[in-house]
Amino acid sequence: MLNIILIAFCILTVGSALWVLWTKNVLHAAFALLLTFLGVAALYVMAGADFLGITQILVYVGGILVLLIFGIMLTNQAGNKEGGKNMILTENLNRFWGILIAGGFFGLLFYTFTQAGFQEVEQQHFGEISNHSSTIQITGIQLMTDYVLPFEIVGVLLMIALVGASFLASKNE
Amino acid sequence: MYIALLICISLVLANVVIGVYSERKIAAFMQDRLGPMEVGKFGFLQIFADLFKLLQKEDIVPALADRKLFLAAPCLIFIAIFAGFAVLPLGPSEYLQGAKVEIGVFYLLAIVSIDIIGILMAGWASNNKYSLYGAMRSVAQIVSYEIPLGLSVVCVVIICQSLDLQEISFQQGIFSPEENYLFGIKALGIDVTQVGGIFTWNVIRMPFFFFLYIVFFIATLAESNRAPFDIPEAESELVGGFHTEYSGMRWGLVFLSEYGMMLLVSFLGAILFWGSWNTPFPNIGFVRLADWTSGNSGTWVGIAWGVFWLFLKAYMGVFLQMWVRWTYPRLRVDQLMYLTWKVLTPISIIFIFLSSIWRLLMI
Amino acid sequence: MQQIPDVIRQIPLNYYVFFSAALFCIGVTGVLTRRNAIIIFMSVELMLNAVNLLLAAFSSYKADPAGQIFVFFIMAVAAAEVAVGLAIIVMIYRNIQTIDTGILNKLKW
Repeated sequence: MLNIILIAFCILTVGSALWVLWTKNVLHAAFALLLTFLGVAALYVMAGADFLGITQILVYVGGILVLLIFGIMLTNQAGNKEGGKNMILTENLNRFWGILIAGGFFGLLFYTFTQAGFQEVEQQHFGEISNHSSTIQITGIQLMTDYVLPFEIVGVLLMIALVGASFLASKNE
Repeated sequence: MYIALLICISLVLANVVIGVYSERKIAAFMQDRLGPMEVGKFGFLQIFADLFKLLQKEDIVPALADRKLFLAAPCLIFIAIFAGFAVLPLGPSEYLQGAKVEIGVFYLLAIVSIDIIGILMAGWASNNKYSLYGAMRSVAQIVSYEIPLGLSVVCVVIICQSLDLQEISFQQGIFSPEENYLFGIKALGIDVTQVGGIFTWNVIRMPFFFFLYIVFFIATLAESNRAPFDIPEAESELVGGFHTEYSGMRWGLVFLSEYGMMLLVSFLGAILFWGSWNTPFPNIGFVRLADWTSGNSGTWVGIAWGVFWLFLKAYMGVFLQMWVRWTYPRLRVDQLMYLTWKVLTPISIIFIFLSSIWRLLMI
Repeated sequence: MQQIPDVIRQIPLNYYVFFSAALFCIGVTGVLTRRNAIIIFMSVELMLNAVNLLLAAFSSYKADPAGQIFVFFIMAVAAAEVAVGLAIIVMIYRNIQTIDTGILNKLKW
């Protein structure tokens, strides 16, 4: 049962990622990306990382995707309107080499992973996993103890990025 | 799980009927007129007449609209809002909560933000300047007001030490697993766990929460695009905002999600601040008002009382939203941004500081 | 309510590994073949997502929360990256009226 759900989510995610890859309409790509992000969020939850799944929705869908769509709308080429339709179209290039390189890379990864034997990792550690239905407590404790310095630095980084982005995008020189 | 799903679906559908009728009647009362009176006694059947009209309307797609996105957008908006109901505990029973998850309120805030994408999709796909303006304004507004909303929820989470809405509910009444002290201060030494009622609600456990609730309420008004924050669909400027081009059942779906959002945030406010499904009456000596009005935990009577109190509180919140709508004029865009970034966000950060200190007094 | 060990005991880790590899390669293809700078951005996000998912899956299966915290930081950095990157793209658009990478390559002169 769980396997079927997982495979369904995998198909949804890969399918919408392929849609991002093939569609000519940039806005359609953005909305296909929404499905991809939601699918990945579901897979996080199935991998036992529920906190990350929700963070994925909050950060990627609520933040990054909205920014991307705004970016698309702000960089709308006026010459692209065909017969009054508001479609922003784009083209592919280097299709042959791109797919060849990526496909070759996938083959390489696939071969490596089948040789790697992750089954052992899988079998060893089940006993140690605490019987919680959520990872939020342990994540919170770790963030506030072992990883408190990176946590603070990420806050500063976000601040700098915010200031930098608004400076870059502001109109006056 | 399935019981809660069925209840939530019927609740969202019934809510639009109740909401529209009461909105028109309340508006009429505040403007000293009668409101709908023709169809049925006191116009009770007016909303059904409206629904019937809506159902048989043609579902028009503009010729130059982006057809796929145009058709999908209202569904996405509705799914986003409806998914929020999954974690709401509708009463003191595990069957009345869709998903018992530990990260309940975090999930709720995240999933509701998908709504923004639906609105952008609708606004863009309509290929209409009013729709696009409305969508842009709406998104700017919702993204900005998510910050005070999230921060005010964080304050409650600091006090309750849990993200699970059912656990937060249990803490605020006579069924509380831990001891509650008056105003939450342990040093006062007045144990009110058995007194229950209003004394164990979050607004009394942390008295400043009343002011925080005002911040929360303003933020939720903006989140659900209600007046005085309805500039995304300001009729006098933008025709209908992002749903200008929609008609028939798809417009109905947008409408359904708007009223669903109102109800959702009212539920959230009631659960986080106003004692969730707990009774407002305290036990005073031998007058066991709290015991009489909550029943026993887990029994049918107890569940019925819990559901009654929660729905009463939630609909008080909905009433408050309607009251505000017919009282205040619409804000300008710059005033809107001023309010969230320069007023509400600093205030809620101060409240996080206060709540952290208060939590230290509680243990 | 199923606990985490019950759930992940039923799902082989290999599923996540191969899925992540596929998503990553889709991202690579996107970066190599698309011409719109924003779609290239989206493909980069796909690659980041694939890596994040794999990290989270390994951390769960190994009962070590460090991986999940690392993913949390990656997400924060990704948010910063997108904000700055999009600002740069908008700036480029303002100057040369296009974000087509086929035309942007004039930057190298």
